[in-house]
Amino acid sequence: MPDQTILRTRTIALGDAPVGFRGQIVALDVNVASGAGLPGLELERRLIELGFVEGAKVELLHQGLFGGDPIAVRVAASTIALRRREAMAVIAVAGESVP
Amino acid sequence: MNGTVDVVPPPAASASLSSQSVPVVALVGNPNCGKTALFNALTGSRQKVANYPGVTVEKKTGQLTTPAGRTIRLVDLPGTYSLRARSPDEEITRDVVLGRLASDVTPDLIICVADASNLRLALRLALELKQVGRPVLLSLNMMDIARKRGIDIDLAKLAAELGIPVVSSIAVRRGGTDALLAELDRVLGRRVEGGPADWHTPDAGELRAAQREADRLLKLAMSNEGRLDPGTARADAILLHPVAGIVILLAILFVMFQAVFAWAQPLMDLISDGFSWFGALVGSAPLPEILRSFLKDGVIAGVGSVIVFLPQIVILFFFILVLEDLGYMARAAFLMDKIMGGAGLHGRAFIPLLSSFACAIPGIMATRVIDDRRDRLTTILVAPLMTCSARIPVYTLIISAFIPDREIWGFAGLQGLVMFGLYACGILGALAVSFVAKRLFWRSNAGEPFMLELPDYKIPQAKSLVIGIWTRALAFLKRAGTTILAMMVLIWVLASFPTAPQGATEPAIDYSFAAMIGHAIEPVTQPLGFNWQINVALIPGMAAREVAVGALGTIYAIDGGAEAADKIGHALAGQWSLATALAMLAWYIFAPQCASTLAVIRRETGSWKWMAVTFFYMLALAYVAALLVFQVAVALGSG
Repeated sequence: MPDQTILRTRTIALGDAPVGFRGQIVALDVNVASGAGLPGLELERRLIELGFVEGAKVELLHQGLFGGDPIAVRVAASTIALRRREAMAVIAVAGESVP
Repeated sequence: MNGTVDVVPPPAASASLSSQSVPVVALVGNPNCGKTALFNALTGSRQKVANYPGVTVEKKTGQLTTPAGRTIRLVDLPGTYSLRARSPDEEITRDVVLGRLASDVTPDLIICVADASNLRLALRLALELKQVGRPVLLSLNMMDIARKRGIDIDLAKLAAELGIPVVSSIAVRRGGTDALLAELDRVLGRRVEGGPADWHTPDAGELRAAQREADRLLKLAMSNEGRLDPGTARADAILLHPVAGIVILLAILFVMFQAVFAWAQPLMDLISDGFSWFGALVGSAPLPEILRSFLKDGVIAGVGSVIVFLPQIVILFFFILVLEDLGYMARAAFLMDKIMGGAGLHGRAFIPLLSSFACAIPGIMATRVIDDRRDRLTTILVAPLMTCSARIPVYTLIISAFIPDREIWGFAGLQGLVMFGLYACGILGALAVSFVAKRLFWRSNAGEPFMLELPDYKIPQAKSLVIGIWTRALAFLKRAGTTILAMMVLIWVLASFPTAPQGATEPAIDYSFAAMIGHAIEPVTQPLGFNWQINVALIPGMAAREVAVGALGTIYAIDGGAEAADKIGHALAGQWSLATALAMLAWYIFAPQCASTLAVIRRETGSWKWMAVTFFYMLALAYVAALLVFQVAVALGSG
């Protein structure tokens, strides 16, 4: 688990990201997604099954009309639609390549 | 080849025998990986759709013969991302793969099908499949598309790293499955054993580790990761645009329903004329009067009045299948998620509800893609409120008889407007019911997450469209030939016996069982403006809505002679008031008049309770709606 204080300063939850955001996943933190419709452990497993793992490149492609929800996210080579409140669990840093 | 007879043995009894003689091969893969296209390419028309015992998940099996002359039974399993099943569909995939189900589908070999241009998630599934202890073969499908996008995959390296055979396939091209077939022969010929069976439900850590391993393999075997398909990116810029996307979705739906009504008409007229001609032929045949009446009024008029709707059903399914194969349905769910969420429905409910416009039965079965039980129940509950094609005959009949055919506001036909209004009432009713259900039954639910892969757009293949439409048309005709035919015979018997006594002054039908039943329930339906003839038509209409039209036809035919039979609409216009007609329309928006739908609800929910809930809430809505419409119409002077 990465250091929370460092994460908070440099990272953004995918659920808060604007359309056009490009970055790389640095952590899955289900505690951030407290409004999600699933218990944390189950949410984490579903996100991983759809390819949201640390190191994967992400890009926010589209969003819905009302409240910018749901969002369509490019994760590596697939496009996944999900709601922002679940995407809160995906922590990313902006930028094409991350050290 | 003698593969034309593909009899699926009953699950339990003869199953062990068949699995010994014919090897079973299962297709497993992510949703949208082209698995079904591969299944169609391998088995052609030699496939059979049945149900797994106890559940309504479609069990698609087919037969194929390899170049070496080996006969193989191929099983197409519902798409999944992992064996950690969450929906009824995915449970079937898990249970078949793990050999927990009847042994006639227990696979001797698993083909993991992957979209070659979207390999990442499929590789993780392949790693998981390796753990179930059966031989696994990875088939990289749609290799042509991947190559076109500059994706180059080193099959040998991937096979060496994975420790399982890897072949490429192009399901849609002739000869595209040759490599796969050759590998099937090789693997089955050598009787390869699978690894140790140590699959267990993976936790997050194990899933993460597996995905990392998959990513490592990808880096080794693939030249580039594959960018977003440029065509898909361009299309989505418009089709998923927050505003334009919704406008286009509505336009597509509008064209779809327009087509269902406009394109189908000539064909429907043709079928209808055909049956009239056939009925007239039988009517003039030298047969005993009773037999002639039975064939003409009972069988031909009754079944014909239902088969007439085949063109509409085919057109509707054509649109649904094209949109599905195109990859647009997932986008529609994306666009509708928030809107439907406002009414307590899940975005994924969009596809089942859209299918319900053709028929609630495939619609309710399609709810299996919704993982959460409560979201699924809400969708099942409201699916029968979508105006299914079986209501069309009733609506058309009454509208053409009672609503004047004139233009209003200079451009819209009044009849079409009423039809549109009936559809709108159904949709609004569904939204209202789901809104109430959400608050009544399961207030605490935060709502199942909406997570869905948006596949790249693909041109639909004619072959899979034809197979898809054909199976649905066949199912409809089967229904017309069994349930509906039986009901028509019953109606004819009830309306014909007992025959009128000697010297009777009233029409013969007034002495029949039908009249007795109709009169018996008159006190209940009187406030709705329904006469006894309608009551009689409503009873067999319980079996299937469209039967009511045939039933009215039979009743008024026996009642009023040959002329009335030709023009039920005229007969109705002379006998019903406008208020009665409108009440009947209101009744049909909500009435739970379809035994098959109720039976499917029972099977899908696994409980009588939800079937009863559906039946009674719809009946109550129908009664109240018809009552209101009739009383208001009478008060306004249409009595």
